[in-house]
Amino acid sequence: MAALDIKLKVDASGLSCPLPIVRTAQAMKTVASGDLVEVIATDPGSVKDFDAWSKSTGNALVEQDAANGKFRFVLRRK
Amino acid sequence: MTVLAEAPAAEEALDGAVKTRKLVIVDYSGELEKTWATMILASTAGAMEMDVTVFVTFWGLQSFVKDRKRITGENWMQKMMSFMQRPGVSHRPLSKMNFMGMGPWMMFKLAKKYNVSKPKELLEMAQALGVNFVPCQMTMDMFGLKREDLIDGMAEPAGAATALQLMTDADSTLFI
Repeated sequence: MAALDIKLKVDASGLSCPLPIVRTAQAMKTVASGDLVEVIATDPGSVKDFDAWSKSTGNALVEQDAANGKFRFVLRRK
Repeated sequence: MTVLAEAPAAEEALDGAVKTRKLVIVDYSGELEKTWATMILASTAGAMEMDVTVFVTFWGLQSFVKDRKRITGENWMQKMMSFMQRPGVSHRPLSKMNFMGMGPWMMFKLAKKYNVSKPKELLEMAQALGVNFVPCQMTMDMFGLKREDLIDGMAEPAGAATALQLMTDADSTLFI
């Protein structure tokens, strides 16, 4: 996995729906177009939700993985 | 670490401009569980960069009276109505298992335990994300509610024609 230039990290661990998405949307507004934001969530529903959010907003989901009950998403601001 | 998806479509998704979708929610009921649903969907739709309008009418408007207001209205009937059902987003009763407020108290305890945001917090997030809340003028008149009784940041009051125009123009409408 190539090292990514992450501009901002959002820790949404422990938060329930819809907070991981809402916090990410708020964080996304603070970075420039093309910047990468990394989100860590523990809500299993966030896997489908981030996919839907990415498709709906056009902010690309560039990387996604899961380990030990933590879900990681890397998104690029459109 | 297991890679679940490489997201190959991500770059293509950026090419075509994403259409801004319009959502209208008619917030009609003032009960806790329905207010919760309204606030979850409104804040998430705001996060999804949708153009969101929540038309707040009838019992729903009770959720938009400032929490600290106890008695509202101009005549004794309006004052009695507000006395019998405490207004404010933090004072919503459950439609079932309310038990004189024991039900909502337990719901909030559970919400805290499972890190679920309360309707008030979700409402503030929705407002910060640009969700438009439109109070119904007729409801305000009938319950004797003034603009200063309602939370800050709401749009100009409007009527049924505005609500219908918004609904027919929207991609999706929910009546909650």
